[in-house]
Amino acid sequence: MKALVYERNVPRVAAARLASMVASGRGAHVGPLRLLDVDTPDLPADDWYHLRPTLSGICGSDLATVDGRSSRYFEDVVSFPFVPGHEVVGILTDGGVDSSGNRLAPGTRAVIEPVLGCRPRHVQPPCPSCASGSTERCGHLTDGLLAPGLQTGFCADTGGGWSTAGLVAHASQLHAVPDSLDDEAAVVVEPTACAVHAALAASVPSGATVVVLGAGTLGLATVAALTHLVRPATPHTVLVGAKHRVQQQLAERFGADVVVPPNQLARTVRRATGSLALGGRLTDGADVVFDCVGSADSLTTSLGLARPGGTIVLVGMPGRVAVDLAVLWHRELRLVGAYAYGTEPGWAPPGANGAAHDVPSEEQAPSPRTFDLALSLVSAADLGTLVSAAYPLERYEEALAHAGSAGRRGAVKIVFDLRTRKGTPS
Amino acid sequence: MSPRPGFVLEVDRSTPPTLFWHGERFRLERLPEGSRVVYAPEPLDPLPDPRAAIRQALLNPLGDRDPLPALLHPGMKLTIAFDDVSLPLPPMERPDIRQLVIEEVLELAATAGVDDVVLLAALALHRRMTEAELRHALGDRVYDAFAPNGLLLQHDAEDPDQLLHLGTTEQGEDVEINRRAAESDLLVYVNINLVAMDGGHKSVATGLASYRSIRHHHNPTTMQHSRSFMDQTRSELHSSNWRMGRLIAASGVTVFQIETTLNTNTFPSQFAFLQRREWEWGTRDRLTYLGAAGALDRTPARLARRIFHSVRAPHRMTSVQAGEVEAVHAATTDHVLAQQSVVVDGQTDIVTMGLPYISPYNVGSILNPILVACLGLGYFFNLYRNKPLVRPGGVAIISHPTTPEFDPVHHPSYIDFFEEVLAETTDPVEMAARFEESFATDPWYVHLYRTGHAYHGVHPFYMWYWCAHALDHLGAVVIVGGDPATVRRLGFRPASTLSDALELAKDVVGPSPTLTHLHVPPILMADVQ
Repeated sequence: MKALVYERNVPRVAAARLASMVASGRGAHVGPLRLLDVDTPDLPADDWYHLRPTLSGICGSDLATVDGRSSRYFEDVVSFPFVPGHEVVGILTDGGVDSSGNRLAPGTRAVIEPVLGCRPRHVQPPCPSCASGSTERCGHLTDGLLAPGLQTGFCADTGGGWSTAGLVAHASQLHAVPDSLDDEAAVVVEPTACAVHAALAASVPSGATVVVLGAGTLGLATVAALTHLVRPATPHTVLVGAKHRVQQQLAERFGADVVVPPNQLARTVRRATGSLALGGRLTDGADVVFDCVGSADSLTTSLGLARPGGTIVLVGMPGRVAVDLAVLWHRELRLVGAYAYGTEPGWAPPGANGAAHDVPSEEQAPSPRTFDLALSLVSAADLGTLVSAAYPLERYEEALAHAGSAGRRGAVKIVFDLRTRKGTPS
Repeated sequence: MSPRPGFVLEVDRSTPPTLFWHGERFRLERLPEGSRVVYAPEPLDPLPDPRAAIRQALLNPLGDRDPLPALLHPGMKLTIAFDDVSLPLPPMERPDIRQLVIEEVLELAATAGVDDVVLLAALALHRRMTEAELRHALGDRVYDAFAPNGLLLQHDAEDPDQLLHLGTTEQGEDVEINRRAAESDLLVYVNINLVAMDGGHKSVATGLASYRSIRHHHNPTTMQHSRSFMDQTRSELHSSNWRMGRLIAASGVTVFQIETTLNTNTFPSQFAFLQRREWEWGTRDRLTYLGAAGALDRTPARLARRIFHSVRAPHRMTSVQAGEVEAVHAATTDHVLAQQSVVVDGQTDIVTMGLPYISPYNVGSILNPILVACLGLGYFFNLYRNKPLVRPGGVAIISHPTTPEFDPVHHPSYIDFFEEVLAETTDPVEMAARFEESFATDPWYVHLYRTGHAYHGVHPFYMWYWCAHALDHLGAVVIVGGDPATVRRLGFRPASTLSDALELAKDVVGPSPTLTHLHVPPILMADVQ
């Protein structure tokens, strides 16, 4: 059985970083990622289960890792060697139990919620964040029975999605996939959950002008989350900056009001907000800007698009960036991070309890899990269409190069197809 | 030797290639045998003594109006309004005709002891003129006498304190014009009549009006029912302005209209070949053409644009008349037609035209894609009386580079119009309903119009509405040599050569089409029989 394994190898990381200067994804050719024969990982405890991936996506953070461009911040919360792949849909070979305690039969399809917080690590008592359901804020990512790792796909003990050997998942990580969702749809549940969490974290006010900058998987899923989950309760206008034609078409399909190339966003925001443009800057601006890119340029653009007192939600994973923050200080902007998923205490279905976004009282139902909202959203918005191409593991260099130039090549999400193939178990 | 009238040439095997304007470039195109080329009449002889002619007109007014000296008296409030930078084209050599007329009027006013005099540029929704442009139009002496004292104003269609609502016409059209002009004891309007659409009641009813007023005739319905703008008997634009003008007169505003006409002496001697018919080009014309065309082909577009915009036309005045608006304009129209009218026998399947670098709305600036459409389909297409030069369902082939370039100072709302409106629709009616108001009331455009040198936010809509009649009439529009994506954004078809364009046109009008080339500029008016 094969897996793509990422090892600690500083010279190769440096080589990957150099290669990625030519084009994103090129680090796969010279970097620390290798296709190796591996065994199925051992179960860490009896509440862990084996999952055989069928599809596993390539995310922007994966590309950054392969290209040696990840922030060094993450060095202490990963363990080597690890098998990347945290966007996973697969089959529970021996069955299991899901995050709600339901028993799942062998052969059940499931997606994993990859954050490795206190419960998977058997840390007792769990930290306050995990106890409240906000597992994404867990501070014990190097503790407990597992090697360090912020998520499955970055931990030496769990395996990852880019493998035919399978991975291990804790019960709290498992979500059964309904029959109505095919694998292509299920594999985008994880990035969709990130987008849902970001969209709900922003507390978009009614009548707001909202900008989504970047229209890769995260950006498009954020548009869908805004239009399907937030807008019914708090109507607002969604403007999207999308560079490539296919991204523009998808943003429109997912409900964006205006879609323009990124270099036209300032013009569009000015028009939408009735703002003046004095001294090269807008007098008003967008109430909320979702930066779904995470680069210095995108953050600078976002800072210029937000109105005084507005909010910028950082959805795309940033690294070390150089940005002039004078505008943030001067215009009293809020810069908010939105990482992963957990529970969404501020969300209720439109019409529930009189209004959406009411904070539930003690007697009300527990906060919904972000993943459950994402599962529904993927189905409602038909987000499975984001999957543009699937590659076998053996063609991983091509796959990563494709992912690195997805927008330009008319693609969005590139995945590894790990379904039954010659040389893999049935 | 008296100037020759306009001429329709039938192309045969011996006909040399025909000159097409192509923005800041030229193209020589060999037209199919049997095609027709419509040439403008040669420039009429100018008035020998313009100042004397002006004085004569002021003392011998037309219609029910006293001579100007009889209308001037001490203590009165006098406003002299004048046409803005959109006229004439290209800007004329000094002295500008407005300067000559205004100097005569001011002399009479001074003699009569009038000391409350204001000069007012009739901008309508056009951009404010620069100091250099005002000095050019008025002369340094007049400028220096008025501007430093705050007596040289530019009409502001967005200043509520400077507008006066005079009433509504029987058709419900708001008439709101410049307060200073409306409250003056006498409003003298100084006009340059370049085409038959200019002047008359349009001078005050549009030139000094607000958006609230102008929108009643600058809309798709009016434009589609003006066939053509240049034919006063068939122009709803003309009718609306006449209703408004009569209401202005009935409101007690006394207008003393002074209209002038120019000959078609459009280009200076270094571009003399542009005034001549190709088969009459001499050796010098051929050499100048080859030199100019070759140099322009090697010159960056921005520099070529600057060169052309520095051209000053040797126009000369062919007539001046003053007095009551309608009587004056009737005489003016006769003079315009005498210079520009060319009888053309019947319509054609395809009309071709080469667009130059300039239109009324980009003096000193870029002929952006919306202005390309306006110049071709709004102006050139409408240079007809009786019937359009091209038959219903026919094709217009336009030669112009049509690049997506915009002047952010003069045309800020055009950029948004191109990206926001044309990306959604090219239908004038739909865009008027969905987008016009948001552009017209956008505070940023209002700010730039009032304080900078920007056209009003609604202006690109009006430019597109000018095309409404042509868009309704034509089966297709093809642009030769334009940027394909930009041409498609306009809703037109791109072609790289005239031959390709003709093939595209045949898909619309059928095989063996008739073709007529409108050899403009110099300006002409096709009287289609």
